[in-house]
Amino acid sequence: MLYVQILINGILLGGLYACIAVGFSLVWGVLNVINILHGSFIVLGAYLAFFAYTKLGVHPYLFAPIAAFVLFVLGYAVQLTVINRVLEAPVLVTLTTTFGLALLLDNLMLVAFAANFRKVSLNPPLGIIDLSDWFPSLDLIVPVDRLASMLFALLFVSLLYWLLRHTVVGRAIVAVRMDRYAATLMGVDTVKVFALTFALGAALAGAAGALLSPIFPISPLAGTNYLGKAFVICVLGGLGSVSGALVGGLALGILESFGALFLGPEHSLTLSFTVLIMLLIFRPNGIMGKRGFV
Amino acid sequence: MKRPLIAIAGLSVLALVVVILPFTVSNYLLRLTTIAFMYIALASSWNIVGGFTGYPSFATAAFFGIGAYASGILRTTGSLSLPVVWLAGATAATIFSLMVGPAILRLRGHYFAVASLVLAAVLREITNAATVLTGGGMGLNLPTAGVVNVDAQTRVYYVSMLIAAVLTVSLAALIWRSRLGWAMRCIEQNEDAAIVLGINTLATKILGFAVSAGTAGLVGAIYATWIGYIDPTDAFDDLLSVKPIIMAFIGGVGTVLGPVAGAIIFLVLEEFVWRNVLNFHAGILGIIIVALLVFMPGGLGSVGRGIVKLRNYWRASRRGEIRAAAPPAVPS
Repeated sequence: MLYVQILINGILLGGLYACIAVGFSLVWGVLNVINILHGSFIVLGAYLAFFAYTKLGVHPYLFAPIAAFVLFVLGYAVQLTVINRVLEAPVLVTLTTTFGLALLLDNLMLVAFAANFRKVSLNPPLGIIDLSDWFPSLDLIVPVDRLASMLFALLFVSLLYWLLRHTVVGRAIVAVRMDRYAATLMGVDTVKVFALTFALGAALAGAAGALLSPIFPISPLAGTNYLGKAFVICVLGGLGSVSGALVGGLALGILESFGALFLGPEHSLTLSFTVLIMLLIFRPNGIMGKRGFV
Repeated sequence: MKRPLIAIAGLSVLALVVVILPFTVSNYLLRLTTIAFMYIALASSWNIVGGFTGYPSFATAAFFGIGAYASGILRTTGSLSLPVVWLAGATAATIFSLMVGPAILRLRGHYFAVASLVLAAVLREITNAATVLTGGGMGLNLPTAGVVNVDAQTRVYYVSMLIAAVLTVSLAALIWRSRLGWAMRCIEQNEDAAIVLGINTLATKILGFAVSAGTAGLVGAIYATWIGYIDPTDAFDDLLSVKPIIMAFIGGVGTVLGPVAGAIIFLVLEEFVWRNVLNFHAGILGIIIVALLVFMPGGLGSVGRGIVKLRNYWRASRRGEIRAAAPPAVPS
């Protein structure tokens, strides 16, 4: 029963992880840019949710779309003013540029919000669902806040999936992901598509940040932690596809939960990064093993 | 004939200054110069992998940290002499690079960048967890060498960092002139073509990676004994991977003397920012990094082009047509 409980914890975490990674994966896949800024975007989303809840009383789950919108605008601006200028440059330049931007944003947040850890404490707390109330043989519990966060996160991920699948903008993004040249020849405005993609990535980071604010403590320096998870998930699930991020997110969630049980929670990062390096060497296109387009 | 003469004259003036400095200036300036040597060594060390072979390596922090911790642990447990622990630090980093190199150097582009970036994070977590050996998050206090005499200590580390810097730059120059350097430049230009030419690309990359690791490890080892205290977030700081890249960019990636000039310029910038805006220095550093990469991607040599680009940018933004000034998005 312990293993089933850990599996449940892993899946609850995994849904949220999918939302953390899907934007990162989208930007990496379409723009060919490793966006170090992604982790800081998530933290910014979490802070916005924290202040919305403590100052205005807006519930984080309701605030998630607003956080997504704010980050969308920010992402669009950053892409047009900075990232677009280095898009053609090699990996080294694009990665270092986003690192510089992350340094700036982290420092801004440090000055604005101070370094102490904060957390949204929902009032009243959402409590837990005890499955043994209904099925006496099942000795399992499900924390409601994690469940709700996971469901909302999956909602955002499916929204992105729908957008990429069924709208003109989405099809244009997928087309650019498949072949930039061909998409340009077909009349797709790549500059606009790149900006929109980056903005969408930022929006999902903002939503993820708002959704995880009731669960994880918020600190201006937590960005690298989420970024590391996004890396691992991308490589686990394969790059640039929504389903890949979903599979990778769930895989990482389950992996971390069991890793915490067997090795201790302090080794969870080491474990996931070791898996990352192994996968990079043996299966660089992810568990599913193919380049995905949506 | 003229250029070598100027270069020799410049180098001898520099050598003279370096020799005279310890007898004349204050400890603060000496300390700053020592940091300059450290940066020169790190930038040149990175340049052997990142510049010569063109592999986007973010592993400098990993090598630096291993060197620092190897020397730190040996120093606290075994009370060995300084040169021995420094060599041990360099060796430990080299061995580590020989272990991970054959695996991650098969990766290219983004995948190699991520794998090398992650190395430092893994090592940071491992040193954090191995509290018995490393002191964990509490860090490691290193015993000072002999009698505590600030003036003498400052000069000892001045000389040792100088040696590390000279060693790294000479190694880089040596590689640049050798067959190995030629093979590296081939890899940088076109790896597949290099394989066709009969170059053992993997061996070349591993060798370059090992030299880079050994020198960065040596610098880390000297740094640990110099500062006297290391902790995981400090020794495996991601900035240690990024700063050398920026320095090489300022001076010119893939040249021998570019990183040297870049390191000195970067240090002056950094010290100026540090002294004036302590609270926001990381943010300013971020702005400098972004501005450098966006406006002068070719280093100092491209200042002219950067200024033109900047002017076009301002004009366009005043007319409210930023997008028109943006370069056409062409796939790489």
